[in-house]
Amino acid sequence: MLYVVIGYLWAAILLYLLLGGADFGAGIIEFFTSEANQSRTQKTLYRAIGPIWEANHMWLIITVVILFVGFPAIYATMSVYLHIPLTIMLLGIIARGTAFAFRHYDAVVDDMQGLYNRIFVYSSFITPLFLGIIAGSSVSSHIDPMATTFLDAYVYSWLDWFSVSVGLFTVTICGYLAAIYLIGETASHGERQRFMRKARFMNLAAVGCGALVFVAAYAEGIPLFNWVFGNWIGLTAISAATLSLVLMWYLLVKGKRYIVRVLAGFQITMILLVTTIHHFPNIVLLKNGGYLSLLEHRGHDKTIESLGTALLLGSVFILPALFYLIYSFQKKAHAPLKQNF
Amino acid sequence: MDDFIAARSQMALSLGFHIIFSCIGMVMPFFMAVSHWYWLKTNKIVYKNVTKAWSQGVAIFFATGAVSGTVLSFELGLLWPKFMNHAGPIFGMPFSLEGTAFFIEAIALGFFLYGWDRFNPWFHWVTGVIVGISGLVSGILVVAANAWMNSPSGFDYVNGQYINIDPIKAMFNDAWFSQALHMSIAAFAATGFAVAGVHAIMILKHKNVEFHTKSFKIAAVFGCIAALLQPLSGDLSAKYVARTQPAKLAAMEAHFHTEKSASLLIGGIPDTKNKRVDYGLKLPGLLSFMAHGNFDAEVTGLDQIPIQNQPPIAITHYAFQIMVGLGMLMMALSGLYFLALWKYRNWLSSRWLLNLFAVATPAGFIAVEAGWTVTEVGRQPWIIQGIMRTADAVTPMPGIIYSFYLYTGVYVSLALVVIFMLYRQIRMVGKLYDLPATSNQLVH
Ligand code: HDD
Ligand code: HEM
Ligand code: HEM
Repeated sequence: MLYVVIGYLWAAILLYLLLGGADFGAGIIEFFTSEANQSRTQKTLYRAIGPIWEANHMWLIITVVILFVGFPAIYATMSVYLHIPLTIMLLGIIARGTAFAFRHYDAVVDDMQGLYNRIFVYSSFITPLFLGIIAGSSVSSHIDPMATTFLDAYVYSWLDWFSVSVGLFTVTICGYLAAIYLIGETASHGERQRFMRKARFMNLAAVGCGALVFVAAYAEGIPLFNWVFGNWIGLTAISAATLSLVLMWYLLVKGKRYIVRVLAGFQITMILLVTTIHHFPNIVLLKNGGYLSLLEHRGHDKTIESLGTALLLGSVFILPALFYLIYSFQKKAHAPLKQNF
Repeated sequence: MDDFIAARSQMALSLGFHIIFSCIGMVMPFFMAVSHWYWLKTNKIVYKNVTKAWSQGVAIFFATGAVSGTVLSFELGLLWPKFMNHAGPIFGMPFSLEGTAFFIEAIALGFFLYGWDRFNPWFHWVTGVIVGISGLVSGILVVAANAWMNSPSGFDYVNGQYINIDPIKAMFNDAWFSQALHMSIAAFAATGFAVAGVHAIMILKHKNVEFHTKSFKIAAVFGCIAALLQPLSGDLSAKYVARTQPAKLAAMEAHFHTEKSASLLIGGIPDTKNKRVDYGLKLPGLLSFMAHGNFDAEVTGLDQIPIQNQPPIAITHYAFQIMVGLGMLMMALSGLYFLALWKYRNWLSSRWLLNLFAVATPAGFIAVEAGWTVTEVGRQPWIIQGIMRTADAVTPMPGIIYSFYLYTGVYVSLALVVIFMLYRQIRMVGKLYDLPATSNQLVH
């Protein structure tokens, strides 16, 4: 059952990265959209992510719940030493979620819209930035349980070049996912071209930030190169991701709009795989060489047992319903909408 | 304010904020289901308008409820890491099930909010009901987790170790039923009175009277049924508190001295130094009856509780008085309303009744906040009753005070924006829904 729980944890993180990421990315795309195209982009965006918006961020909650029920020591350690980036990320989540709802449901359309838009766009950038920083710092070995000063314990635990580069990399990945997703969501040719350009831009930015991560890792003495390329799983995954990237652009130029999503998702899955597999089961690396491990720092057997059961049981209800939701709105997204206001 | 107090205040603020949105999130779907049902059955356009207008407002509340809940699930660790380190695996069961309930709620909400005119009308109706049911289930589950903090069970505590953990037993702890029942009814009472009150105000202003009369009735019927049941379930809660947390009961009633045939205290100013209460109204024997179902039973007083284990008496006592006082008023008003429905229909359109409801708009939510203050402050100094002290659970990180200021700023501004948006929604009713109200015309 332990491995079932770990599998769910990994899957929840992946799905949050993919679905939540595309959702954040939509705001990032909006940031890079000229005024003239803004309102059109917003409409596409709203139609595309509105119905699944609430469901997307559930993956984060599932991740947190699995951590605090199944692996409380890991949750507690991260909460203590990464308090500041977690708080900033939470503020981002609050700002983004409410701004998104407000701008759509405000009964009067006036200057407030500009404010909601600005908040939405900035928080769409900040939230994944800090998510990435949190992910980066959990493996950067900067968390120091022996620290004696405030700065060492609560600031330098996450404020370093490596974690910040991972943050930027996360931002670009989100933008990339969103652009690829939105290509399939628009009916007009010009619009599609626009999102294609955005996707290309984000793709380049992601590669650039990826390189930055490696440089920063080198500078900080983190053996990232070895983690990624030092074993056959990593090598295979990276090669597969690269191949799929080439294939994806070929298909995009050919006008295939839906299959490319799968390929983009595949690339991100591979990236998450290589970055987690090497030090599995240790998910937090500490400064003193210690670590927190999914196998050693887990809750009691009975807890893991019931957590796994709850997750399995939940999936029976959730997954079909979720697929039906996505399917029906995909199918009906382009059907004319009858509205009386 | 030191960091410990700051952490407690931040927790209280965040929960006090979230509870309002979550109550609305779990109850409004039922109101909408009723008006939606009338629309599908009678084809009267006003019911469709009511449903839509409500769902526009509720979408704002849902978004705010969801983000404030997400914040809470992190805050438990950010503020109380040592508590979560031990409690997480024990009381986590309801949270893991709650994940499913939230998810279903979120999915059904997607169908409901975006599904107008896109699906079979009855399928669409059912998705709305599912939103309500899964919201109610999540409320019950999270309250079961809180009840565990009041009456911990499902483990053995030996030499500082938590062993023999049984998460299922922990979930079904002694207090879960009474607390979950009381909370669910409270959500209906609070939301019902709040919504009915707002519509009553609009009727009094002669704005879109038909629209607001229909809305008022749906909300008022729900709210009033709940308000009539609430004192009964509160009595049940009090009996559980008497059994599992005598210190809390003593603080609620400012009951300083253990005695037989204890009297129920209404109001009064507790004087902790001299261990007596000034000015209260005392009803002989009633406290014994409320706590133990017997007018002669002995009720433990604060004199039996070591001073370092006593909760803050004044806050707990006043909060309890506020909740019970408002509960009684709401019950009385509900009685009047049903009397009007049953015998004196002309009262229904009279200004005085509507004025009473208008005044009662915030009553339920004030009672909810007061009730939670009783529960949480009355448990102090324990975070897990009798097992772990709150002071031992707090995060070691200094500077929580700044975090508290930050959250206060955020929540205050959010509250202001939500109020502002709600005001605009209500003001726009005339423009968006001002259709010949009695006509049966079909509009798409
Ligand atoms: C509409 C709101 C409302 C109203 C009118 C009442 N309550 Fe209440 N009460 C709550 C809303 C609430 C609450 C906020 O929902 C609490 C906090 C925790 C809980 O489970 O319910 C609560 C807690 C609570 C507790 C503490 C439970 C515990 O700590 O475990 C007691 C003893 C009562 N209530 C008793 C009453 C009585 C005797 C009432 C008589 C009128 C009453 N309540 C009205
Ligand atoms: C939503 C309604 C709730 C409100 C308004 C509320 C209110 C409060 C208040 C006023 C405090 C501070 C008590 C003090 O320090 O004197 C507090 C503390 C706390 N509450 Fe609640 N509470 C609510 C529900 C819950 C639930 C459902 C849980 C857990 C599942 C919970 C967990 C905690 C924890 C962990 C603390 C901090 C430790 C403590 O002071 O005991 N609360 N809450
Ligand atoms: C008495 C206390 C509480 C009650 C009755 C309650 C109830 C609810 C309900 C009914 C919802 C869904 C409605 C909505 O989205 O607006 C909700 C949302 C949420 N609550 Fe609470 N809650 C309470 C306290 C807590 C606590 C202590 C936590 C965290 C540990 C929490 C975490 C969440 C989360 C994460 C969500 C968002 C789920 C979503 O996206 O729909 N809640 N709560």
